[in-house]
Amino acid sequence: MTYFEFLAQYGDRILSGTLVTIGLTVLAAILAVVVALAAGLMRMAPNFAVRGVATVYIEIFRGTSLLVQLYWIFFVLPLFGITMEKFTAGFVAVGMNLGAYGAELVRGAILAVPKGQWEAGLALNMSPAKRMVRVILPQAVLIMLPGWGNLMIELLKGTALVALISVADLMFQVKQINGTTFMSAESFGTALIIYYVIARFMLTPSMRWLERFMRRKMGRA
Amino acid sequence: MMTNESMSDFPLKLEGDNVPMVSFRKVTKSSGSLVVLDALDLDVAEGEMVTVIGPSGSGKTTVLRMLMTLEKINSGVIYVDGEPLTHMPNGSGLVPADSRHLRKMRSKIGMCFQHFNLFPHMTALENCMEGPVHVLGLSRKEARERSEELLELVGMADKRDQHPSRLSGGQQQRVAIARAMAMRPKVMLFDEVTSALDPEVIGEVTNVIRKLVAEHNLTMLMVTHQMGFAKDISDRVCFFYGGSIEEQGTPEQLFGNPQKERTQQFLSAVKEAI
Repeated sequence: MTYFEFLAQYGDRILSGTLVTIGLTVLAAILAVVVALAAGLMRMAPNFAVRGVATVYIEIFRGTSLLVQLYWIFFVLPLFGITMEKFTAGFVAVGMNLGAYGAELVRGAILAVPKGQWEAGLALNMSPAKRMVRVILPQAVLIMLPGWGNLMIELLKGTALVALISVADLMFQVKQINGTTFMSAESFGTALIIYYVIARFMLTPSMRWLERFMRRKMGRA
Repeated sequence: MMTNESMSDFPLKLEGDNVPMVSFRKVTKSSGSLVVLDALDLDVAEGEMVTVIGPSGSGKTTVLRMLMTLEKINSGVIYVDGEPLTHMPNGSGLVPADSRHLRKMRSKIGMCFQHFNLFPHMTALENCMEGPVHVLGLSRKEARERSEELLELVGMADKRDQHPSRLSGGQQQRVAIARAMAMRPKVMLFDEVTSALDPEVIGEVTNVIRKLVAEHNLTMLMVTHQMGFAKDISDRVCFFYGGSIEEQGTPEQLFGNPQKERTQQFLSAVKEAI
């Protein structure tokens, strides 16, 4: 079987796996951003308990293996009555894991906004929440975007692990194809290229575009 | 930390005729073992323009920052418009102000900074509208009118849609003045507003401040190194040294005939630098 015949026969399965991977990536990315923002802000709260919750979350999800977290969410949480569909468990695990890294990114970026901006907000008598939302965060976003570009690529690659709980993503499909055809080089080679193409020609350009867009909004085009 | 006993020396409110707009009463500020301000007493009358000069480290900027509540004080009380700023009445005594009281009192005060601190993600006009819309709750139309009027006053109306990164230092500082004025403060604080500017644009900022003095009945406190400007514009000049006021008086008195040796030394050193 030539590589073209291989593609002709298994192309639709590879494509459906790729679409599942992209879906997982998008959903996990949204979750990661939301969780990172929340945890990053909580880490700076004056309240000890609020700070504690965020610290525990970050420590657990950053300090342990993503694969173990995935198994926990899919196999162990049901024992406590929390059952998730495998696709959901997949993107939740990846999103929560990358969200923990993102939280530190958010915190670092917020602290990197010059002190004068905080003072100007106070001098205009803004409430702390208003000042955060209207003055600090828009500037922090620009600071943290390059870091998020990296995290998004990590996240995409992290989704490959969900094949281990039988989510029919790209990795799962090529493993199955390899299992029936034993064409390892073709199967895993194709997966390798597809992951690279998504990262290099979809994720990176869209993050760059976002950076340019934010820069323009700051009047720094 | 202060004891309750010493707090009873301070009235809950300043009442009667000629209540000063700003009043520092025995205000002390220290940071570690360093005493930044030592039992400062300073009154500023409504509509008065008071300039604070002195060597660096003399505590002059701290005076403004404490008034803007950017820095906490260690003891004493600051009154603004007759009401305590740093404290609030609780029964028959004063207790440290909570955030609600601070927000109420802060609305009387506006401040311009050495490094302008304009919001870089907003245009000049948006910078001016930000406070009126999102703090005072004005409609966008009202806020826009108010802001455009002020940008006109500072000569920046034609640059209203520019972001700060496209403006020179002098232009940014003029927008910053308009932004502070848009909140309609009773007291305006100018913290070395010309120190970060190129010499040739200092005039455009000092001219705006002159205009404010002439056209508005604002109470102003200004820290500056521009002695000529201070001499022209001030009702009173305070020379700070080592955390307290060494000497104060009208510009004619202080610049023309300084009494204290330290004042004379400082002024002659400044003159030599020019």
